[in-house]
Order: sequence, then structure tokens, then C-alpha cells
Amino acid sequence: MTETVKDAEATPDVEQPYRELGLKDDEYARIRDILGRRPTSSELAMYSVMWSEHCSYKSSKVHLRQFGEKQPPTDALLVGIGENAGVVDIGQGWAVTFKIESHNHPSYVEPYQGAATGVGGIVRDIMSMGARPVAVMDPLRFGPADAADTRRVLPGVVAGIGGYGNCLGLPNIGGEVVFDPSYAGNPLVNALCVGAVRHEDIKLAHASGAGNLVVLFGASTGGDGIGGVSVLASETFDEHGPAKRPSVQVGDPFMEKVLIECCLELFAADLVVGIQDLGGAGLSCATSELASSGDGGMRVWLDRVPLRDATLRPEEILMSESQERMCAVVTPDRLDAFLDICARWDVQATVIGEVDDSRRLTVEWQGTVIVDVPPRTVAHEGPVYERPLARPTWQDALQADDPSSLPRPTTGEELRATLLDLVGSPNLADKSWVTDQYDRYVLGNTVLAQPDDAGVVRVDEATHLGVALATDGNGRFTKLDPYAGAQLALSEAYRNVAVTGARPLAVTDCLNFGSPEDPAVMWQFAEAARGLADACLALGVPVTGGNVSFYNQTGDVAINPTPVVGVLGVLDDVRRRIPMGFSAEGEVVLLLGATREELGGSEWAHHMHGHLGGRPPAVDLAAERELATLMAALPGVVTAAHDVSDGGLAMTLVEMALRRGIGAAVALPDDAFVALFSESAARAVVSVPSDLVADVERLASSYAVPLTTLGTTGGSTLAVDGLFEIPLDELRSAWQGTLPALFG
Amino acid sequence: MARVVVDVMLKPEILDPQGKAVAQALPRLGFDGITAVRQGKRFELEVDGEVTEERLAQIRGAAETLLSNPVIEDFTVRVEEA
Repeated sequence: MTETVKDAEATPDVEQPYRELGLKDDEYARIRDILGRRPTSSELAMYSVMWSEHCSYKSSKVHLRQFGEKQPPTDALLVGIGENAGVVDIGQGWAVTFKIESHNHPSYVEPYQGAATGVGGIVRDIMSMGARPVAVMDPLRFGPADAADTRRVLPGVVAGIGGYGNCLGLPNIGGEVVFDPSYAGNPLVNALCVGAVRHEDIKLAHASGAGNLVVLFGASTGGDGIGGVSVLASETFDEHGPAKRPSVQVGDPFMEKVLIECCLELFAADLVVGIQDLGGAGLSCATSELASSGDGGMRVWLDRVPLRDATLRPEEILMSESQERMCAVVTPDRLDAFLDICARWDVQATVIGEVDDSRRLTVEWQGTVIVDVPPRTVAHEGPVYERPLARPTWQDALQADDPSSLPRPTTGEELRATLLDLVGSPNLADKSWVTDQYDRYVLGNTVLAQPDDAGVVRVDEATHLGVALATDGNGRFTKLDPYAGAQLALSEAYRNVAVTGARPLAVTDCLNFGSPEDPAVMWQFAEAARGLADACLALGVPVTGGNVSFYNQTGDVAINPTPVVGVLGVLDDVRRRIPMGFSAEGEVVLLLGATREELGGSEWAHHMHGHLGGRPPAVDLAAERELATLMAALPGVVTAAHDVSDGGLAMTLVEMALRRGIGAAVALPDDAFVALFSESAARAVVSVPSDLVADVERLASSYAVPLTTLGTTGGSTLAVDGLFEIPLDELRSAWQGTLPALFG
Repeated sequence: MARVVVDVMLKPEILDPQGKAVAQALPRLGFDGITAVRQGKRFELEVDGEVTEERLAQIRGAAETLLSNPVIEDFTVRVEEA
């Protein structure tokens, strides 16, 4: 029998399984306090999912506030943190909305479907802002490339992203693939989506206006991922606990494609007052968030929800994470028009409730009330924790163990061998094996995609207005120094956007960490959040939203703290973007920015020595800003630009040369090893026709960007004066062979 | 020679987009009265010699690791008489 509110009132002393649902004793006591009675089983289900770490941000909230408090002054932000996704003004009446989220645990359990539904979820977030999704990106992190579990997880994840995104017809324009032992058993599958919308068409998740109707539309509700939010995302995954394994969510990209078109037509006809996608916590989340953000209350008839499995209990319907569903608030006079459009797209749509002015969220089941709660207490006023923080006891020893004592290559022959080894290392090797499984050009507006620094898509086909997007994160740097590591992630993404000639505008972040109940992890998180907020302020790019993923750990061992930062920039004319590869022979190769001896956490130390220690490269936000300002003046002057980061200058030159098969001959200062492999920030390499070099020099000096002439493009080798020369063919086979050999 | 058949079906609670698409297409083509469709796959394994218990156990192992994805699928193994 379904438990009603009356039943709960009549039997106050019934034992409830709140601990199994992930609620703590005091949280359960607080629910009883809010309601003035014990919760019904349905209410308990709702509170437990909505108060889970994943939905409530209870451990991270106190730190995330800084993103608002330290928000740089900006005119660009039309909608900020707190909505489904932030919205940024890019000019000409256009706005873009973008957001990154994690789907880490589901992708470990079932790689294909986990990664696929990760794409589906973030795309619906973008749709719910009123925007047309235009591109996706996927930053991925796995255990060691040669580990058996990586061979299980990686191909499934990549196929899932490709399968869902390709069916949906969205280009996948970038991301990352990183391998590190700390991600073994805890792969990070982050998904970003960007959508475009006219200013006047932006939608918000509000349920206002008593008498308005709540319409659930899209797929039927089944037993997918029941408890997935509270159980999967809030507890360390335990392979000995099969009882906790939820049913996996399976995505249907063709349903989602129809849903996108249906939503856009509904928006165009102005038939929607408020809209919310159904993601984690399903209907519990959608109804409580809509009601909480609105001005009244909401009444839901749960037995009207179309079911795929008729045996589902009301608690399960409330918690189901079935994919491809949306919830809209519609005025009664527009309902018929709304339903007509849904019918035309063959999308099932059902009125499941109405907005009222009760200030309560009530849910009825076969004529009885099974939920009667203040919606804000479910959606926005969940528990908030000031978790204890403690700088790890090993942090000092880790920072003291710097790479200066590691043996270094010195002769030309040794440097040559080191470079070839690094070029073929899993982290630096060609990622085409992954990105070739994604459609990068569907929709016909992709201007740049992997392997370029940033993905660039055209937003307006008439004016060529477009956006550039890059995501970056370096867990090794962040482990060495979480404050600096988060800033370096932002610096790199910002720089990747800037080197295409775009103006960086805004940030989204996906903060992947271990257990917040571990004070050392919580310290890493607090430091990273503080670092990121400070750096966003310094660079003038506000955080518009994002996601926190905790509990990425196996037993007591957490992943390297991994803030993944996405930066969005605008290009007023995408035809002026700067590509990354050398494009002509005989051009001058210049290094912008200063190189210091910075090898802590570098790819060289990681790959050649399995070493992680010392300090990460110094953060220099002023230099990043100057470099970005300079880059914005260089379209039409330089013919190629590429950021210097993982693998140092050596890797930058290799990638620029291999892009179009045009080599280069360069001369390096005294310590060639440091020049080649140091990972100092705020640097980029550009190629310039010789008659324009003076222009670049003048601009660089006016923006105070250090400039070094490296050499000239041309030939079919990469030659370093007096040290070594490597044919591009040899570099290419080392670079391209790695991933196919591992996963092919 | 004997034949062992492995039938693989999505678990009942898992969404089956292909089955759903077929179910939606049926009435459009005039095939009425079918309320739901679940689509699975069938493997026919030709076995050399007699199908022993040991061989069947081996095939179950293969079904569990290669032929099906036990996270989302169930399978059955049976011997088909010649």
C-alpha cells in the first residue's frame, strides 16, 4: 500500500530506512522538524535524493559562493549561477549558454550508456535555457593506458559519447584524454554542451502563475537509475555491494533529437512559462525546483505520469532517472497549442499537475496525498556543511620532492630520444583514435575542432559571429598545489581560447574530487575553489555554472584533485580565427612569453620518471591577460598560433609541424632541455610571414609580452640547431601509433 | 556437431530504444494489436563434438563476458537438437 500523509501522521514511530537512502541522523531529524511529523516514504525518497551531495551541493556550497562574491564586473553575463546553465552575451543580439557536468560513476559502471546519458543530460540542460544546442565537448580521464580496466572503460565511453552525440547531430569539437594511475577505478567523464539563443528567447526554470499547468513531455518513465543520484553519486562505489547497484539508465538519442526540435518549436511559439529538464533525481528535482523558484506552490497527480513499467511504485516514479524527459509550465489557454506541437513531433505530453498559491508541493496518488512539503526545503534549503579541512600531512614532503634531481637528457641524441618517447606517450600522443569516432563537422558550422587548441563554431551564418571553447585541467599540478593547480587549469583554457584570436568571456567548471568527508580532500577542494575564484576575478571571466563531483575514490585513495575548467570566448568573425598548424614554408617562428625551469608535475617527469613532486609552474595571470590581449590583435598578422602546455615547447612545435606536414628549424638558448620540456605558463608559439615580424615585435612590446625568435618553418623535419633533427614521418608514426596499438 | 544457442535480452527494467522504435512502426504499417516489443540478439555457436557440461559452462562464461553485457542484459544458453 502506498503510504499517505495521513498514514504518516497516524504512525509517527515507524522505523524508516533513511540511512540506507544516504541520509544522516540529523538530516532525518531535520526533515521531521520541517514537516512537523515523520515523512511518508515518498517524501523520504524525495528528500534523500535532493539532499544528496550530487543535488544539494551540501559540502561544496560554502566554497562555491566565492564564484558569486568574487565575480568580476562584466556586462556579458545575462543569466548567472543557479539556473540550469549560465547565459553569456556574445553581441549582435546573440547569447550562448554553456555548461559542463560530470557523469563519472555511471560511466564506470556501464561505460557506453553512462557516457551516452552524460551527453544527453547536459544537452537537455542547454535546451532548458531556450537555446539550440550547437556543439559538445568531452574531457575524459582514465587509469593507466595499459591497464585492463582502462581497456574496458575507455572504448565504451568513447563509443557512448560518439553514438549519442552523432545520432543527435551535434559536433564534438574538443575535450581532453588524460591517463593517470589515480583515475584507475574512477574514470572522469565530463561533458560540456554549448547552445545559441537570441536574447529575447532565454527561458528560465520557474513555475509561476496559479492555475498554470505542469506538463511532462518526452519519454515514458521507467525504472532507470532509481536511487542513482543518492546511492551512486554519494557513496563510494563498492563492488561487493550488488544490492546497491541501480538499474542503468539507457539513452535514446533519436528521442532526444525529436525533443530538441519539439522544444525549439514550443519556444518559438511562446507556449512555455517555465521549463526544466529531468536529470538527476528526476521528477523529485524537476517539480521541487520549478515550484521553489516560482512564486506559489504546485500540485502533482503522480498517477498520470506515463509509465514504461506499470509496476513502479510512486517512490520509484519520483526518483526515476529515465532519460529524454522535460517538464514545462504552460498557461491553460496555450495547452492545446502546446499539445498539438508535441503530437506533431510524436512526443508524448501529459498534464501531471498545476501551479497553485499554496506555497506547498503536494503530490497525489490515486486520490490520496502522499507528499505535502514546502518546496524550498527540498530544492534550495537542503543541508549545508562546513566540512573540516586539513592540509594533508604529506603536502610538504610532496612539494619538497622536486624534480631537480631526476636525470636529464643532455646530448642531442638523448634529447632526440626523449622527445620521441614523449611524443608517443599516452597523454601526449595523437588522440585521433578517440576524436575520429565523433562527428566533428555535422551542422556545418565547425570552424576548428580537435586537435586545434579550442573548438570554434559559427553561431550566425550571416555575420560569421562565433564562439571558441576549450577545457583544461591538470590533476598533477592540482595535487602539488590545489590553489595554483586550479588557476593553471583556468590559465590554460583561457590561453587556448585566446590563441585562436577569440576574446575569452566566461567560465564553466567541473570540480572532480575525492570524498568531502576526508579533511585532506576537502582542503584540496577549498583551495582549488578559492584559486579558481581569485583567478576568474583577475582575468575578468565570471563563472557561469558547472558541477561538483565528489567521492571519486577507491577505498581511502582519492583521485588527483581535478578541476576541469571550460572557457568560452567570442570571435566576431570566425573567418579570422588563427589555426594551430604551420601553414607555409619560410615563415618566422616566435615564442611569446617567458620560459623558466619548471618541471614539477610535467609530462616529462610523469612519463620518463613516474615522478610527481615539487611545485607546479608559476601562475602569472597578468601575463596570461597580456598574452590574450596580444593574441586578439594578431588575426591577419600571424598564420598559426599554438599554446605551450603539456610537454612544453617541444610538443607545441611537433604538433604545429605535424598538423600540415610543414617542418621547422629552430635554435634554442643554452639549456635546451629546459627550453624544450619546461611547462611554464603564459606562452604560445606563433608563425609569421617574415615581412610582418616587425609588427608582431611592436605589438608584443606594447603589451609587455616577452618575445623570442626561434627559427623558421619549412622542410620535412623538426631540426633543433646543433642538437638533433627528426623527420616528420618518424615523429608522426611515434605520435599516431600509441592509441591504436592500445585500443585499436 | 552440435549447436548451442545463446539468447541475449536487455533486462526487463532497461529501456530498449530499438524495440520501442519497432513498436511504434508496427501500427503505422498496419500491424495492429501489438502492445510492446523488446528486441534481443541470438548467437548460434557450432560446437565441435559433444556438448558436455564442461563445454556448456565454458559457453556460459563466454556469454557472460563477451556475448552479453551483464550490467544491462540477461542471457539464456540452450542446446539445439540437430
